[in-house]
Amino acid sequence: MARNVSFRRKLVVTALAWAIGLLIFFPILWTIITSFKSEGDAIALPPKFLFFDWTLENYGVVQERSDYLRFAMNSVMLALGSTFFALVIAIPSAWAMAFAPGKRTKDLLMWMLSTKMMPPVGALIPVYLIFRDFGLLDTRGGIIAVLMLLNLPIIIWMLYTYFKEIPGEILEASRMDGASLGKELLYVLTPMAIPGIASTLLLNIILAWNEAFWTLALTTKDAAPLTQFIASYSSPEGLFWAKLSAASTMAIAPILVLGWFAQKQLVRGLTFGAVK
Amino acid sequence: MATQQTRTLGKLAVSPSVFALLMWMIVPLSMTIYFSFLRYNLLDPNPICSLMTPGALLDAENRCLAGFSNYSYFLTDPAFFKAMGNSLKLVGWVLAISVAGGTLLALLLDQAFYGRGFVRIMMIAPFLVMPTVSALVWKNMMMNPVSGFLAYLFKLVGLQPIDWFAHFPMTAVVIMVSWQWVPFATLILLTSLQSLDEEQKEAAEMDGTPPLSYFWYIVLPHLIRPMTVVILIQTIFLLNVFAEIYVTGTGGRAGNLPFLVYQYGLIANDIGGASAGGIIAVILANIVAIFLMRMIGKNLDA
Repeated sequence: MARNVSFRRKLVVTALAWAIGLLIFFPILWTIITSFKSEGDAIALPPKFLFFDWTLENYGVVQERSDYLRFAMNSVMLALGSTFFALVIAIPSAWAMAFAPGKRTKDLLMWMLSTKMMPPVGALIPVYLIFRDFGLLDTRGGIIAVLMLLNLPIIIWMLYTYFKEIPGEILEASRMDGASLGKELLYVLTPMAIPGIASTLLLNIILAWNEAFWTLALTTKDAAPLTQFIASYSSPEGLFWAKLSAASTMAIAPILVLGWFAQKQLVRGLTFGAVK
Repeated sequence: MATQQTRTLGKLAVSPSVFALLMWMIVPLSMTIYFSFLRYNLLDPNPICSLMTPGALLDAENRCLAGFSNYSYFLTDPAFFKAMGNSLKLVGWVLAISVAGGTLLALLLDQAFYGRGFVRIMMIAPFLVMPTVSALVWKNMMMNPVSGFLAYLFKLVGLQPIDWFAHFPMTAVVIMVSWQWVPFATLILLTSLQSLDEEQKEAAEMDGTPPLSYFWYIVLPHLIRPMTVVILIQTIFLLNVFAEIYVTGTGGRAGNLPFLVYQYGLIANDIGGASAGGIIAVILANIVAIFLMRMIGKNLDA
């Protein structure tokens, strides 16, 4: 009897959850469907859900007309580049703070976090002028530097919380066995740290890919990533829904896939370890 | 336990990050503060203020010191009040919607049902969508008054479709931004729900606790902390919403503080005024940040 009730309950919850889930997901689903329509079908009334002539034409046109691949390449370079350089300087810092903490380590961590609280508009004007004067506007190098600095506090924090979980006794044991600092790093610490580093990498790629304040303000063409590419569709003459949908689908698909794997990391990274 | 050697090495390892962040924080901020006291317009590189006001102070590059006039100008600009109001409306509404919605969705996702993993990723997906995409998809395919999906639904039930961006730009932006941030709240609250003590759950079940009082006395107290974290973190991000307003062209009526600063600086080229606005935004964000930092700091000790 009890099982019967809970089974019925489970069915009701399933229906409810799927209905709400689909409702929330609908704008994305609709974008994906629209990307396979002709422009005529895209604005047809009543809307066509599944029964229309499916076409891949929009994807080709988007590439041909607005050179999608160049923007996508920029997005990849900016996301990977900023993540790479941030990790290079963040890993030693997080390692040192987790394993050789001093009196000031906590204050230092809090200070790093506080830099993330500064609103971008507080730095926009000087950064824009510096970029202009040094010829960095619309260059990949310049944007990579900004994105790296932007996400560095999150990266250090996330690495720190992961490194903190590696038991210190293991290090002591290896030291007792006569391992040098270099060996300790290479054979003991690195294998244990890799999952944490991978998680951090994943989260940072997502954040850098979607960053849409600095990329919109500092790029126009040469270094412009997909955020800027999509924004260029906001002008009335660029308004073709099927093509906009194809461009949007291509811009969000990689991140939706990465996000699938990164749900836990999102929580940890964006709450600075306050919720695990 | 740390030896002298590791300690020196530790300092060495931390220094690049500290240096980079120090530069990132101090250089632009001090420049912004400095600019905010200058009469500095990019279109008018050699202002003639010195001729107009004899004895006016000039800096090394012959720019005219403006005292607090940029601040008084920005703070008395009617656009500032509007932008400030819009910022507060946006933050307030999205917070209310995402905490309430996030709690309900997290409770739902915490139940046992078929296809839970898939439903969860569907609900989280909007948070992963790049802001410019979400802005254009909502503006066109969802909210367009003629061919948008919402217009179709309105007509289906016999209502007059709403031209969201023409008549209710603020509501449209709130809907759009909430769509992105409810999933974030859901994700955080769900993570926290799943750490709720199993034994507590069982005990409540055995005692026959009614669902509402179970929620009120056991679940809600457990969620207060993550809710606070959600509110603080979202406030930081929501105060900085920019792309959604910029791309949908709602800056005129639903523009917030960041958009106004952008307008002052990169559209009107008034560097002094924009800098004063930037500093005001920094002060506002810092008020929120202090509370957030306290919470996270407490957690660091535990």
